[in-house]
Amino acid sequence: MDTLNIVSYVFIGIGLFFNLVGVIGLHRLPDMYTKLHAATKCTTFGSIFLIIAVIVQAAGAWALEGAYSSQSVMCIRAVLALVALMVTNATGAHAMARAAHRSGEKPARVVVDDLKEKEND
Amino acid sequence: MTWLPIIIVMVVCIGIAMARVFIGPGAPTRLVAFDTINTLVVASLVILAMMFKQVIFVDVAIVYALLSFAMTLYVAKYIQGDKF
Repeated sequence: MDTLNIVSYVFIGIGLFFNLVGVIGLHRLPDMYTKLHAATKCTTFGSIFLIIAVIVQAAGAWALEGAYSSQSVMCIRAVLALVALMVTNATGAHAMARAAHRSGEKPARVVVDDLKEKEND
Repeated sequence: MTWLPIIIVMVVCIGIAMARVFIGPGAPTRLVAFDTINTLVVASLVILAMMFKQVIFVDVAIVYALLSFAMTLYVAKYIQGDKF
């Protein structure tokens, strides 16, 4: 159980660091697309590591207490929450960037917009 | 394991992102900040489930992730200017 605690603390450290970096990047970067780049990717990575730390703790308690432990439900459902988070964040970021480009939002200090000439719908 | 400092750091992160929701110029920036808040809330709910030893928080986290994804898609379609 001691080794599992160390592994969980390492994962939690990585997760909190990336969440803080993503949220600070939301304030420091100039326009919407770079804010999307910082916030979505860093926050997804950090949240994945935080949920993996919870999964490690629940799986350790499950292995320690036997097959009918109450932590088994926690472990399996945390894996489901991780899958839901990974799928929805990537798709949502794509939809937000597409919607912002179609609404006429320009990146900061932009000169040429190649994507505008390709969209003919 | 002590889970309370992790929750405190996550709440600080949510507060910083919420400041960007209020001061952000334009609708797409506010949408990005709100989606960031949704992701942080999902991770916080899973940690709260481990902290209180209640499985129901993880169920709430799964449903919150899927519903916030639907919200993001609809607001993105609204910003894009589509008809519903």
